Amino acid sequence: MAAEQPTATVPGDQTRIHNIGYRNYDGPRLGRAYARRSLYSQSLRGSYGLGRSAKSKVLPMLLFVVMCLPAAIMVAVAVATKANDLPLDYTRYAIVMQAVISLYVASQAPQSVSRDLRFKTVPLYFSRPIETGDYVRAKYASLASALFILTAAPLLVLYVGALLAKLDFADQTKGFAQGLVSVALLSLLFAGLGLVIASVTPRRGFGIAAVIAVLTISYGAVSTLQAIAEVQSGSGAVSWIGLFSPITLIDGVAAAFLGATSAFPGGVGPGNGEGAVYVLVTLGLIAGAYGLLMRRYQKVGL
Amino acid sequence: MIATESLSKRFPRVTALDRLSVDIGPGVTGLVGANGAGKSTLIKILLGLSPATEGRAEVLGLDVASKGADIRERVGYMPEHDCLPPDVSATEFVVHMARMSGLPPTAARERTADTLRHVGLYEERYRPIGGYSTGMKQRVKLAQALVHDPQLVFLDEPTNGLDPVGRDEMLGLIRRIHTDFGISVLVTSHLLGELERTCDHVVVVDGGKLLRSSSTTDFTQSTTTLAIEVTDTDEHPDGTRAVRDALDARGVAVQDGSGLPGAGHVLLLTSAGEETYDLVRDVIADLGLGLVRMEQRRHHISEVFTDSDAQRKEAVGHGS
Repeated sequence: MAAEQPTATVPGDQTRIHNIGYRNYDGPRLGRAYARRSLYSQSLRGSYGLGRSAKSKVLPMLLFVVMCLPAAIMVAVAVATKANDLPLDYTRYAIVMQAVISLYVASQAPQSVSRDLRFKTVPLYFSRPIETGDYVRAKYASLASALFILTAAPLLVLYVGALLAKLDFADQTKGFAQGLVSVALLSLLFAGLGLVIASVTPRRGFGIAAVIAVLTISYGAVSTLQAIAEVQSGSGAVSWIGLFSPITLIDGVAAAFLGATSAFPGGVGPGNGEGAVYVLVTLGLIAGAYGLLMRRYQKVGL
Repeated sequence: MIATESLSKRFPRVTALDRLSVDIGPGVTGLVGANGAGKSTLIKILLGLSPATEGRAEVLGLDVASKGADIRERVGYMPEHDCLPPDVSATEFVVHMARMSGLPPTAARERTADTLRHVGLYEERYRPIGGYSTGMKQRVKLAQALVHDPQLVFLDEPTNGLDPVGRDEMLGLIRRIHTDFGISVLVTSHLLGELERTCDHVVVVDGGKLLRSSSTTDFTQSTTTLAIEVTDTDEHPDGTRAVRDALDARGVAVQDGSGLPGAGHVLLLTSAGEETYDLVRDVIADLGLGLVRMEQRRHHISEVFTDSDAQRKEAVGHGS
């Protein structure tokens, strides 16, 4: 600083006290939209443990690596064996890795909202220019973005790998784009469900358990019922049962509109008519989750 | 700074504020009331977070009902309860809160360093908040309320949970917020004595109603009570009694200081100003006694409430 004059000190004396007193701030105040963006970026960084203790970086980073590793292996195999296609569709990747995604949502959704409730930081936020809606939107967007990063990164690895292996460019690009759309939907849906569940409880442990329970039990129940329905009555009922768990919902949408091969028993996904219902239910759930979060935070005042 | 006009807040079962009209100017203002008197409700309304049932309020000339966000940009708030996440450092947390108030990133960092130094946090500011003492946590809470250089801060029970030394330091800090930083303060407490020392102005609320709003000097002067204690001598084996009789003879009403430490030896009298001190000195000197102590007894919140209870009963009596 230019204004800092060397004070008259005894040579060799290292102690100098700078008491510059209180300074007023008359710079810009960027207001509500900026505050919302700040909350978004802070929460997004927090979802990967950045800006927090070393301990809280371990799990999200580990899950990120676990998520990307199979993609890297597949690429290596494809390049080495000079295969004509990747061993797995872009749209199927997230479905196969759903356990990792569920674990990530279960660990980070409570991290994002339960902490604020537990340590009562929420009132501090609302004493700032932001309003309830800003808080909900920032938190929702940050967790959805974090999930998108988690699910889209391996797709990117696959895509880059596929291009390196000189697979058909147009074909791969189309598949990659379809994959991105499906993981974007998945991110919004999972983030919404995770946040709604986590925002009910200030206890992080309960939040984690509840999110895992909802995601895995619904998937377990749905796939069991689907298997039974497949044996007993053919594929008609199989499609409709798929509406009842988040991961099969995304699978159904991808199979109907994004050219994916379904993971449903029998390999037959919903047709276009049923597919429309899938899309409606998915969007309905996302909107419903947002609405519930808004209602929840109306009540959490000071 | 703050003006309310017959401000009321009713919940389905309770009335938290009942036609409260106050006008608060710059400086340090104490808001006193028992728990549940409506202090926190008032702050919530003033921050524009909770709509009033009726009446209106302005903060810094802005209407709370329509300009909530603008008010919150220029006002700081320190809540009563714990509000700090334990796994981040004070610096990290305060920088984040500064940005939430609209400060650009570089300014947020600079102001955080400044503010933490002003509230008395130095090297420990890089450690996670979880390991702080209550006093240090209170300082962090204060820092996050001041970091965006507001024109006015609301401090909700800032001395809660502090030991006597911590309490004094916090009160000194609050005083400095106004004198050194130029920021006006509204501080709540249920201890009047504490606020008398720091505030220029005290507002007392009870049951959502305004009991009293006056400057601190009025508060104590109008009701100064003197406590005196004297020695006994051979001539006057019961010195206390002798002083009492002598003062009675001069027309000064004296009471026993029952309920005080040293009861039986302490006399209480209402001071009418300088003459009373002179009178007491002369009387005791004439009797040849030693004056052990003569002190101003300060008014306590309980007395304000007793007075008002008496008035209320009187009012009810007149009404029926």
